Amino acid sequence: MAVAKFPDFAQPEVHDYNVERVRADFPILHQKVHGHPLVYLDNAATTQKPRQVIDAITHYYEHDNANIHRGVHTLSQRATDEYEHARRTAQEFLGAEDCREIIFVRSTTEAINLVAQTYGRQNLKPGDEVLITAMEHHSDIVPWQMICEEKQAKLRVAPINEAGELILEDFERLLTSKTKLVAIAHLSNALGTVNPVRRFVEMAHAKNIPVMVDGAQAVARLPVNVRELDCDFYAFSGHKIYGPTGIGVLYGKLALLEAMPPYQGGGDMISSVAFERTVYNKVPHKFEAGTPDISGPIGLKAALDYVTRLGIENIERHENELLEYATKRVSALPGIRLIGTAKNKAGVLSFVMEGVHPHDIGTILDQEGIAIRTGHHCAQPVMERYGIPATARASFGLYNTREEIDALVSGIKKVQEVFG
Amino acid sequence: MGGLRDLYQEVILEHSKVPRNYREIAGADHKAEGFNPLCGDRFTVYLHLDGETIRDISFQGSGCAISKASASMMTQTLKGKTRDEAEKLFGKFHDLVTGQGHPSESEMGKLAVFSGVSEFPARVKCATLAWHTLQAALEGQQDAVSTE
Repeated sequence: MAVAKFPDFAQPEVHDYNVERVRADFPILHQKVHGHPLVYLDNAATTQKPRQVIDAITHYYEHDNANIHRGVHTLSQRATDEYEHARRTAQEFLGAEDCREIIFVRSTTEAINLVAQTYGRQNLKPGDEVLITAMEHHSDIVPWQMICEEKQAKLRVAPINEAGELILEDFERLLTSKTKLVAIAHLSNALGTVNPVRRFVEMAHAKNIPVMVDGAQAVARLPVNVRELDCDFYAFSGHKIYGPTGIGVLYGKLALLEAMPPYQGGGDMISSVAFERTVYNKVPHKFEAGTPDISGPIGLKAALDYVTRLGIENIERHENELLEYATKRVSALPGIRLIGTAKNKAGVLSFVMEGVHPHDIGTILDQEGIAIRTGHHCAQPVMERYGIPATARASFGLYNTREEIDALVSGIKKVQEVFG
Repeated sequence: MGGLRDLYQEVILEHSKVPRNYREIAGADHKAEGFNPLCGDRFTVYLHLDGETIRDISFQGSGCAISKASASMMTQTLKGKTRDEAEKLFGKFHDLVTGQGHPSESEMGKLAVFSGVSEFPARVKCATLAWHTLQAALEGQQDAVSTE
């Protein structure tokens, strides 16, 4: 039967994003901390898990647990199917062309280390350069520093302006014939800046330089399509998108992955082993040595399904409204300075308060049941750029409400009361 | 607000806003840097010893209210004390802020205001940073001490 092909109409806008119904899916949110309802605003550090994710992991251990890719028995087949099904879900979620382009790793950090230690080790020569940006997380700095040191290559850093935006001209100027790789955050964890990744990829590709994107903060907040971005590598962590800790995804273009040497040696990454010679397995298994965290991808799949069912565009709209509201209310308080005021921001509100150290803000808010992050957010060079030791950071998730922003504002007023 | 008021006592807030002995000692014979990587607090403690006696002690750096007040009150308390007395007082101070022992108020003097810290385990490192730095300075450590 022929299937009629309909043009793609824009989806109707969903205005009735029901945050209360969403909250009901998250058991951990329904508790009191120091006598106050928990207000969880530390989502850039890690997100809470919906019942669907917890159930998927429990179900796996109660019914299907076995080792993957090596058994003929039923449970092993089920576990393998679920593990590989999760790979296809991740592929669809990122808009990748082929599920072999999805490698399961522990985290964004491990994904970046993998690329540095394989692609980097293979392609960097003395005098070459790796270009990163001034807003990177330590995990997108140190792995490059390590491989650059080993290969006598140079780490270059594209600067940001006062608002926390990359300066396009400087970025372009730093792309030279020596540049062998660009690594850039999609969304800055300390500043909330959304980088125009597509634009940077175009600029780098014009000079035949591949681009790796750190998507740790972006995947849960913005629609991501690696084919539209045309990036060469993209990495994210499960736990920042309502999935479990200990599981992450590295996307890489197939041709690049196939040309790269393995990362770690062991079982599953081989097709045959003899003492004289080992033949490595094909992509993606070449990069997944040893028995992996099997429940991780299964939990991650449940999380990606959950986000997809709510609609990433709806989540994006909900969080943008929260950020806009929070920005307006918090910046209206006396003595507050926002850190990171880019035109295009998402999910993160970083601020400092005159005369009060962020650590003290964090303690006082905690007494009100409000969880925020205080410190340098694993981005010490960003703090250095603004001449501050630390910031207080509220970061939003799909379950946060305007009332919780009001609680944050009352909490900040209490800080000002205590410090008079 | 009980717990908070115990932590942020008036004396502590006052010291954090106007820290005492907040200066460098030119030609200090002992000096060390302390760092709390968790929150970015960083202090340098300077000492001038006369034999075993602390003739002068000062600090500089940046940190939260608890760490700054603790550094300030530490310098006030230790001026004129011997190395040995300083070491012993650190032991008691550590007991006080971790809620392990219960040193008497007469033993602790003004430092007793830090007893509220024991209810906030995440802040113990703030209260002890200056003391760890002092210890490093007395022992002549070259590398910055870290609370981690």
